[in-house]
Amino acid sequence: MAFLDFRGGSGRVQIVSKRRATCGRHSWSPRVGACVQRTHLVRKRALLGGSNKPRLHVGSGAMEGAMQTESKIRADSRTEPGPRGPGCSLRHFACEQNLLSRPDGSASFLQGDTSVLAGVYGPAEVKISKEIFNKATLEVILRPKTGLPGVAEKSRERLIRNTCEAVVLGALHPRTSITVVLQVVSDAGSLLACCLNAACMALVDAGVPMRALFCGVTCALDSDGTLMLDPTAKQEKEARAVLTFALDSVERKLLMSTTKGLYSDAELQQCLAAAQTASTHVFRFYRESLQRRYSKS
Amino acid sequence: MSFRTVEPLEYYRRFLKENCRPDGRELGEFRTTTVNVGSIGTADGSSLVKLGNTTVICGIKAEFGAPPTDAPDKGYVVPNVDLSPLCSWRFRSGPPGEEAQVASQFIADVIENSQIIQKEDLCISSGKLAWVLYCDLICLNHDGNILDACTFALLAALKNVQLPEVTINEETALAEVNLKKKSYLNIRTHPVATSFAVFDDTLLIVDPTEEEEHLATGTLTVVMDEEGKLCCLHKPGGSGLTGAKLQDCMSRAVTRHKEVKKLMDEVFKSMKPK
Repeated sequence: MAFLDFRGGSGRVQIVSKRRATCGRHSWSPRVGACVQRTHLVRKRALLGGSNKPRLHVGSGAMEGAMQTESKIRADSRTEPGPRGPGCSLRHFACEQNLLSRPDGSASFLQGDTSVLAGVYGPAEVKISKEIFNKATLEVILRPKTGLPGVAEKSRERLIRNTCEAVVLGALHPRTSITVVLQVVSDAGSLLACCLNAACMALVDAGVPMRALFCGVTCALDSDGTLMLDPTAKQEKEARAVLTFALDSVERKLLMSTTKGLYSDAELQQCLAAAQTASTHVFRFYRESLQRRYSKS
Repeated sequence: MSFRTVEPLEYYRRFLKENCRPDGRELGEFRTTTVNVGSIGTADGSSLVKLGNTTVICGIKAEFGAPPTDAPDKGYVVPNVDLSPLCSWRFRSGPPGEEAQVASQFIADVIENSQIIQKEDLCISSGKLAWVLYCDLICLNHDGNILDACTFALLAALKNVQLPEVTINEETALAEVNLKKKSYLNIRTHPVATSFAVFDDTLLIVDPTEEEEHLATGTLTVVMDEEGKLCCLHKPGGSGLTGAKLQDCMSRAVTRHKEVKKLMDEVFKSMKPK
């Protein structure tokens, strides 16, 4: 269990965890070796373009980023997307786990400026009308940033729920319910992928048994066929097609896919291959962040 | 009969081992598709599609509306899928359930992605008046594969829609509708949906019935237009698929598109001009 300790004024939030002896609030990055500390002010600076101090670093998903080019990546928030092929990059991503006290598991996932907060309650009591005799009932609630949830949210909830159902071992908890609640904090492109990542991290934090992890990756194809991974809101609007995939961690199989726009079969295979390569980075990030969290040092 | 009720999955597995299904179909075979166009007189365009036992009726009404402020020269197409208690025991009356909302969103995405009609064609007077097409898809009998039936019904109904000519009177600034002169919509592409169900993480079957959908570990719907371009790859979770399996689905979707197009052309050729 972890609880939040608010200190007013400076906006600092310190999470004191009873489970492990590591430091308070951290962001796990695949590049920086040590656990780094972050405040709200620091996060704003990193988002605005960052300084070169390793302290401000949050996860960066550049595909061919070596340690030397990190400062460059941080200074201009992403590398230029290369020509078709493996030259595309993901935005900075960061994850915070166990930040809410009431849900059994919670996680906040950031991809560039897109941020989603997820909370998982479960396995818990289920309504008789919804109970399934041999497995757990999974429910997903997605709340948009503004306004009431509409038909589009319902459609997304169905996508996320079916993805979670494919990986969660519901048979171990029959006649219970597992509820995933997602709140969109900010939307700057690739929202569905960010929701999937946040849901996965929250399920891990809650200790729900899963057969594999999953991650969401978005690809955008613009009018001349250039592939862009993890597009921003502006790139999504200008793109000819936007494809979102959910891939599992064991064999990188396609768990979920939803697309917008027109594209050819060959382009689909290309995007899928690029998404599979990008997913290795996300899974590595998951692994490192969890390793850091549960390590004794 | 009782084995089927007690162990439905085992029952199905025995058939799948022989590469066929209980209703006698092969794994890649669709059910008999029937189309009837223009049967609803009060609607501007209508169609009835039967995919085996799954029956979906589509009625399109055209009304006037103000164009959206951010796109003053575009009209609207508003789809709505209604899954009433009539079609299946799973649905209750009241606000639309999750499946109906997901289906409505899917149809809205197909219309948007495939650019089936140019929204600019629906504009009468830029910034002031445009056509709003309300597409109501009502399921009369739900026996699986609702998405394919709805897409087909929508396409057939849109091809059947006849809009009267509208002129804006300069002096009174009112719209004058000439019911005697009607014209068909310009349908630019023909998106056709093909749905698959995944069994036991490996086997793919086409056009699942309701029982098969319930037993399946995942579903996949591919919407393709005539040039082989994909408008929508809808895979709402479920078991994982490799790239190679997706490729097989694409080729089946291409064949299905040809079958549907042939059927549609026959239907529209046989229609007597009004």
